[in-house]
Amino acid sequence: MQYLSLAIESIFVGNILLAYFLGMCSFLACSKKVETAVGLGVAVVFVLSITTPVNWLIHAFLLKDGALAWAGMPDADLSFLNFITFIAVIAAMVQLVEMIIDRFSPALYNQLGIFLPLIAVNCAILGASLFMVEREYGFAQACVYGTSSGMGWALAIISMAAIRYKMRYSHVPAGLQGLGITMLTTGLMAIAFMAFAGIQF
Amino acid sequence: MSSPATEVAERPPLFVFDKKTRKIVTDPFSDNNPITVQVLGICSALAVTTQVSTSLVMAAAVTTVVAGSNVAISLLRNFIPPQIRIVVQLSVVASLVIIVDQILQAYMYDVSKTLSVFVGLIITNCIVMGRAEAFAMANPPWQSFLDGLGNGLGYGIILFTVSVFREILGSGKLLGFTVIPQAAYDMGYANMGLMVLAPGAFILLGLLIWAQRTYTGYVEEV
Repeated sequence: MQYLSLAIESIFVGNILLAYFLGMCSFLACSKKVETAVGLGVAVVFVLSITTPVNWLIHAFLLKDGALAWAGMPDADLSFLNFITFIAVIAAMVQLVEMIIDRFSPALYNQLGIFLPLIAVNCAILGASLFMVEREYGFAQACVYGTSSGMGWALAIISMAAIRYKMRYSHVPAGLQGLGITMLTTGLMAIAFMAFAGIQF
Repeated sequence: MSSPATEVAERPPLFVFDKKTRKIVTDPFSDNNPITVQVLGICSALAVTTQVSTSLVMAAAVTTVVAGSNVAISLLRNFIPPQIRIVVQLSVVASLVIIVDQILQAYMYDVSKTLSVFVGLIITNCIVMGRAEAFAMANPPWQSFLDGLGNGLGYGIILFTVSVFREILGSGKLLGFTVIPQAAYDMGYANMGLMVLAPGAFILLGLLIWAQRTYTGYVEEV
């Protein structure tokens, strides 16, 4: 039940995009077509559900204050290396995932392939790892958090793409076209997602 | 073999500050603003703007990292193999961010707690990577430094504007000092709770982009 609440919390109320503003760049750039949005959304879920647990393991057994006790160095605190290690893990994971998908499912690779390199520099991926450290999640919580924040991000970008598709037929003032109206719509979406606050299990 | 004098004459001076280089700094303030025109680095622009003080620290941190990484990458630009340039850029940026983060934790602990993960997220801030890729890889260090400085300040201007609105409308304060008089509250004025929350940031930035683009006349192709 605790995990279900965490999942609901990170998909809707604490949506990584609409409440914490992470992954805005690719959200704005790739939400013009629904197909692209679906592809990118699936790729983000995929990468997040792998990188968050992997980074949890690295943080817990190598970098955390006192984490190297098993190696005979209980005083070592390498947590200042968090940033560079996490980004290296993410870049390596993205590369690995790309190669694995290419090997085992060329059809999926053709759909996701172009998005995977973009994901390495998506703030949502690094942000999820950093939040996981800051909120001191356990391993199972980290797995749930990674997957469900990916789903929340995918949900947001797919709905946005659908809204923008409809918006093509409306007359938007010249200066508001593109980025401006997209930000306003995102604001309204964020209000809608806040309505989920208070759901308890 | 040419004499040293001619060699110096052939090379452009290291620190020029003519009209063209000045434009590198001032362009990103409005006409080519990283946030409102290039659409880079939106994430942190929204997240840290509930208070003016945090947004100023964030702007300073980002300016330091962009300028520093631009110089470093520009110095390395002829030695970076093109296939692995993203990894090289990421590690340069990540090292700079670690330095900034450690300095913040040492001297401004409270602010660094408020900024939480967003200092770390400067690594994936598209402005840093975008400027490294688009400008520093092709230009000498001094120009790259100015470009980094200009883009950092352009980012700071937007951050500052958004945070001034959010702090005044959301909590009636500016830099922590109360600016809305008590008399106004007595007459029934209330703080806009929405401005402190996420949706307020989205809507405010949307309106700001509208105003700025109407002023500069920039229209995006749809």
